[in-house]
Amino acid sequence: MFRPYTPKGDVQKKPYHTDRFYVPKEIAQEPITDEIVKDDLEKLERAIGDTKSFFMRNEAIVYVPAPKNKEALALLRSLGYEQLMELSAIDYLATRGELEVFYELLSAVKNRRLRLKVVIKEKEAIESVADMWRSANWSERECYDMFGVIFNNHPRLSRILMPDDWNGHPLLRSYPLQGDEFARWYEVDKIYGKEFREKIGEENRDPARVDRNDTRNFARLGYEVGVGEAPKDEITPIKYVEKRSIVLYDDFDPQKQKVLDKRK
Amino acid sequence: MTTQLPNRLQPFYENIAFERDDNTMILNFGPQHPSAHGQMNLILELDGELITKSRPNIGFLHRGVEKMAENMIYNEFLPTTDRIDYINSTSNNYGFALAVETLLGIEAPRRAQAIRLALLELSRICSHLLFLSTHALDVGAMSMMLYPFREREYALDLFEEYCGARLTHNSIRIGGVPLDFTPEWIKQCEAFLDHMPKQIEIYDALLKENRIWRMRLENIGVISRELAMSWGLSGVMLRGSGVAWDIRKERPYELYKEVDFEVPITDVGDCYGRYRLYIEEMWQSIKLIRQALKIYEDSPPELMANAPEYISAPKEQLMTQNYSLMQHFALITQGMRPPKGEVYVATESPKGELGFYIVSDGEPYPRRVKVRGPSFFHCGLLEDLLIGHQVADAVTIIGNANVIFGEIDR
Repeated sequence: MFRPYTPKGDVQKKPYHTDRFYVPKEIAQEPITDEIVKDDLEKLERAIGDTKSFFMRNEAIVYVPAPKNKEALALLRSLGYEQLMELSAIDYLATRGELEVFYELLSAVKNRRLRLKVVIKEKEAIESVADMWRSANWSERECYDMFGVIFNNHPRLSRILMPDDWNGHPLLRSYPLQGDEFARWYEVDKIYGKEFREKIGEENRDPARVDRNDTRNFARLGYEVGVGEAPKDEITPIKYVEKRSIVLYDDFDPQKQKVLDKRK
Repeated sequence: MTTQLPNRLQPFYENIAFERDDNTMILNFGPQHPSAHGQMNLILELDGELITKSRPNIGFLHRGVEKMAENMIYNEFLPTTDRIDYINSTSNNYGFALAVETLLGIEAPRRAQAIRLALLELSRICSHLLFLSTHALDVGAMSMMLYPFREREYALDLFEEYCGARLTHNSIRIGGVPLDFTPEWIKQCEAFLDHMPKQIEIYDALLKENRIWRMRLENIGVISRELAMSWGLSGVMLRGSGVAWDIRKERPYELYKEVDFEVPITDVGDCYGRYRLYIEEMWQSIKLIRQALKIYEDSPPELMANAPEYISAPKEQLMTQNYSLMQHFALITQGMRPPKGEVYVATESPKGELGFYIVSDGEPYPRRVKVRGPSFFHCGLLEDLLIGHQVADAVTIIGNANVIFGEIDR
């Protein structure tokens, strides 16, 4: 008997049941009918070669070879696609061993949108376009941070959303939703040091978890003890004050007040 | 400067230089500064009072909204979108719902579209009011803070009346809206719309010709057209630089094709110009809500699209027809399975282009959801925009950019 092997390349959530005969529908890849876009893409094809373009839900998508991304974008920019609205990647590493990087372009003059995509292998670097668009500076940093895509000749390719010393790229599908081993100990290691791991314990990422030993957040209601005392097992009965028919209300009695020695 | 080896006892801060040969000084503006929006660590290099270098660090709020989206079914993710730009949740709900609808190839019924239009514009007013008061407070107009917040409460009351929530409304569903307007709601909304113009005039009377306000805003933070295009700016930030681009107008979606409104533009590109645009946009929103209510009156009563494969049938059918109920269970427990493909749907949120890029591979969980928040680029712009300004102007410019950090690091 062997335990069935589950691939670790994609730990994202999966549907727990899929019909055996389920075949997903597909959005049709239509030929490009829009004259302006068609014209632009023909120019691109002549200059770059080896492009593949189609319409999907009325949006133009064009694939170009990865080494020619900058050339293609420069051409499109000169054709009026002046704004780079978004840049990021899609992870197909577990299935195809590839990442797709997309560039969402907008031409306010022509009132057209165009999505340029390049397919890169794992650990393949592509050329940065940060010198063409200032927005690419931050977008590429984000893409590097989240997917680990290296952009050559980027002026400062550093992490932007995560700390500089973070390990791993969180938006990869191989990165677990609740963080990996490194993420669980990140703050303990950073603030206290590794030797305090056992004393403090790993970070709790379950928002629904109730810690019964937590005396400060009402979790041990009825089992309260003073600060620093050991938890006890017998319950302290809660008395409700029914004076003036208001529950949980007592009149202030100056005789009963207690002044603490020092602030805890 | 001697090289330091960082350790826990002697940490090494790369941005603090104690001894320098030139006259420059490094200033950490934020995250403690009240106008740094809570978490922006803006590192400024100063020459006297003049900013010579600026480096905004956007902090580590990062909640991984995109990662969460990829681990949730589409309907589960909808309430999460509220938290992306938390001062106008409806626009985010709408952006995501519209993107999924485009992916599915369905359209919301006309009444739902009218309700959405009214809610979206109401949410825009809410957002602009909050912007106005906090921006004014940042600049130093303290009494100005009180007035827009008052009207914002009235607008939030309307949201509360409609869907029960004030800030994170989740008032839009994929395929339509969950609730209908009541006659009382419409009356209250009309009362609000009658109340607003006078109030906007009051704001204007306080600020428009105010000498200090103009001195603090005029010719400050001038964005050239090239810089705006290069940073991928959108919304008021782009229109303030003379680019006539509003997605509602240029690439209209849903009812924006039918309604009549104007897009205010200025080519001055300074903070004062953009402040004027925000005020003008509120006038336009009032006009739009009135039209939405008119369209609402003449629309058939359906609220959700009829697409049994993706969207649960109405309650009446669920209670009478077995197959609808079975389909409903499947949709709730497993989620809808959109067709394979990808869409990028951009909507005009109060801050600019809010885009949802969804890649589906035919499973209930999307393969990729990329949220294009306008604030991300508006914050990046500070790298270039602050240079050459005085330190005091940094506050004006950051406030005027109207950035929301929930949207920046999602």
